[in-house]
Amino acid sequence: MIKRSFFGLAKPRLQYNVVPDAVQDLPVPSKVVLLLKESRNGGGTGELKVGNAVKTGQRLAASPQSEEYVISSVTGTISALSPYMGTFAKKYTAITIDASAQDDWDDGFKKDQTLDTLLKFLQYAPGDPCLKALADPGKNIRTIIINGMDEDLLLTVNKYVVQNEGADIKAGVDALRKMANVELIFITVPESLVQQAAATGADVKTLSATYPRGLPHLIMKDVLGEVVMAGDTVEDAGVVFMSAEAAAAVGAAFKTGHLRVTKVVTVVGKDGRSTNVRVRIGTPINDVLQACNISLHERDRLILGGPMRGAATYSEALPVEPGTNGIVIQDAATSPEVTDYPCINCGECVRICPVRIPVNMLVRFLEARLYEDARALYDLDCCIECGLCSYVCISRIPIFQYIRLGKYELSLMETAEAANE
Amino acid sequence: MSSEKKLVVSHALFPWKPAQEAGTGPARKFVVAHAPHWHDGSTIAKKNYNIMIAALPAVLWGISQYGAPALGVIAFSMACAMIWEIIWDFFVRKPATVGDGSAAVTGLLFGMLMPATAPWWLIVLGTFIAIVVGRQIFGGIGFNPLNPPLLALAMLVISFKGIFDFDEALRNYDLGFSMVYPLAQLKYFGPAAIKSFNVADLFMGRQAGAIGSTFGLGLVVGGLYLLLKGYMRWEISLSFLAGVFVTALLFNLGNADKYASPLFHLFSGYTLVVAFFLVAEDSSSPANCVPMLIFGALAGMMTVLIRNLGAYVDGVPFSILLLNIANPLIDRIRPKAIGKVG
Repeated sequence: MIKRSFFGLAKPRLQYNVVPDAVQDLPVPSKVVLLLKESRNGGGTGELKVGNAVKTGQRLAASPQSEEYVISSVTGTISALSPYMGTFAKKYTAITIDASAQDDWDDGFKKDQTLDTLLKFLQYAPGDPCLKALADPGKNIRTIIINGMDEDLLLTVNKYVVQNEGADIKAGVDALRKMANVELIFITVPESLVQQAAATGADVKTLSATYPRGLPHLIMKDVLGEVVMAGDTVEDAGVVFMSAEAAAAVGAAFKTGHLRVTKVVTVVGKDGRSTNVRVRIGTPINDVLQACNISLHERDRLILGGPMRGAATYSEALPVEPGTNGIVIQDAATSPEVTDYPCINCGECVRICPVRIPVNMLVRFLEARLYEDARALYDLDCCIECGLCSYVCISRIPIFQYIRLGKYELSLMETAEAANE
Repeated sequence: MSSEKKLVVSHALFPWKPAQEAGTGPARKFVVAHAPHWHDGSTIAKKNYNIMIAALPAVLWGISQYGAPALGVIAFSMACAMIWEIIWDFFVRKPATVGDGSAAVTGLLFGMLMPATAPWWLIVLGTFIAIVVGRQIFGGIGFNPLNPPLLALAMLVISFKGIFDFDEALRNYDLGFSMVYPLAQLKYFGPAAIKSFNVADLFMGRQAGAIGSTFGLGLVVGGLYLLLKGYMRWEISLSFLAGVFVTALLFNLGNADKYASPLFHLFSGYTLVVAFFLVAEDSSSPANCVPMLIFGALAGMMTVLIRNLGAYVDGVPFSILLLNIANPLIDRIRPKAIGKVG
């Protein structure tokens, strides 16, 4: 953990890890769990039944019309189906598949390069690409940015992919050019990976290795010179972000005819040593940790994602999802606890905020649950969720959590208003 | 009973029980937490202890000059401040906050502003004003609109003028330099009366005054320590000094026979202790860059205005308190957030 330096006037500079760790391939697990998002038209498991045989690469959905699906990462039989609730009350169906060691590939995926194929088969690709916006007529997508920088500290998944899977990214760039009607495709990488990135055929842009310059909103500002307006997504501004891993998965699928079912994950132990592993999507975290010889103890933190933006979760039986870039284990002794101390107005957060939000005032409104005022007066919607305000808070207020909660509560209010109209 | 109920609820929410499915050894509970999982390690207590360390040179000088009475005032003031905070927390049933060191710092700074001869009841009363009236009735740390030690000083100066007449208070001391209070000389006899003070003597603490406010070098060293450690908003401190200097210079240029030189104003009275330890108090001063500069400069300007034109010998407590009141207004000047609409 990076502490305040002795001379605190020099603000801490959190640097991304720009040297990708080597990858270790893990064997096929005995069982995988795939989390199927609940479709907009309700839950239910529909055509999925316990006992169904599934093949590797097979598309699993509640019904053929359903928008949401998962891609089976193993060959085997469905052994359990149960509802599961994720963070912010997102509903899923957890599909447990008992896997056999042998892969039997499903032949549902055809290599015709159309937007339909992309939406129908590649939304569950490793790297969790946001493809829906490409087909959304309401959004005028002109640019795709392939992000070779990992969004959080310590993680090196995308940097590994840029360094070692350039040919796949190139195939992905070519396929995306054909399928999506976009003018520009950029790839953003740290200085050290420019050479590898240049071979992909996308326009190379370098990023500073200082956190949080790898976050989409700041890349928009630094690379495109465009500011995403408060409350808008980057897609609203006409840009789709895709991790390098997702782009490589798209390329590999059209090159080989097989959907990619493995995912690179950075695993960081309590000693701070990091390694990359390649696992089947849906592998229980427990299997990953055992392979890395990491044991967990009472009151440890099991963080999915990185130290600045990841979520500390409650069970090592949760699976590796397409968007799980990191598994970070932190000892209770080194994990900072939040307090209920009030803000003392020291202004550290105001000075470190990359988008210049008056966090000292914002947090007062959020604590008092005045979310609408927080948005109208103190720029709640401008927040790009980097977590630096909580990182430097001398009162150790969970500012970042208040911000996420505030945004969530506002979204609930909007949903309720829309339902009443 | 209630915990059992909670468990049932959580199982209804999470029918899939991954923890049991894992079946690996004894059940362990992990700490579920929101990001970020790193912290720069700063705490309020660390900050306050650093302020105390930074104040030591000036305090030790004061004690070496005025002896045991000065030590008594400082120690008694810190103790009283902490006791008032404990008593208040007890009666309003708040968790004890004395451990964060902010009451101790308030007591120390208040003691530094007192003459060594301050009677015990003045300290008891002053720390009561600082801790209870200045901070706790507003809600405690982080909520005080005014600077607590300066509020206490201002109320005491108004109420007990005689005690803060440093000439009178320190008449039994002979420390080998002129034991008249420079600012009082200036006020009542004009610049001609302060010819005997040279700037180096003032800076090196060879002047009469409050316990912790006379040793300029020590205060500057302490201030630089806080500045480098990042515990002080240097923008406020430096703009305050600049405000004092520029305003005093303008007066001096206008009429040198009537108004003292800017350096005299910088190194006499409470100027330095306020600049490095009091004006940048957290909750009563701005957090944005431009407001910090305005706040400091205006406070410095007001200080000299009161000294040169006002009724009081030293304008410091009043100028800062005035600016504290204007702080919410000044701090509205802020840069536009990136992405803000309109």
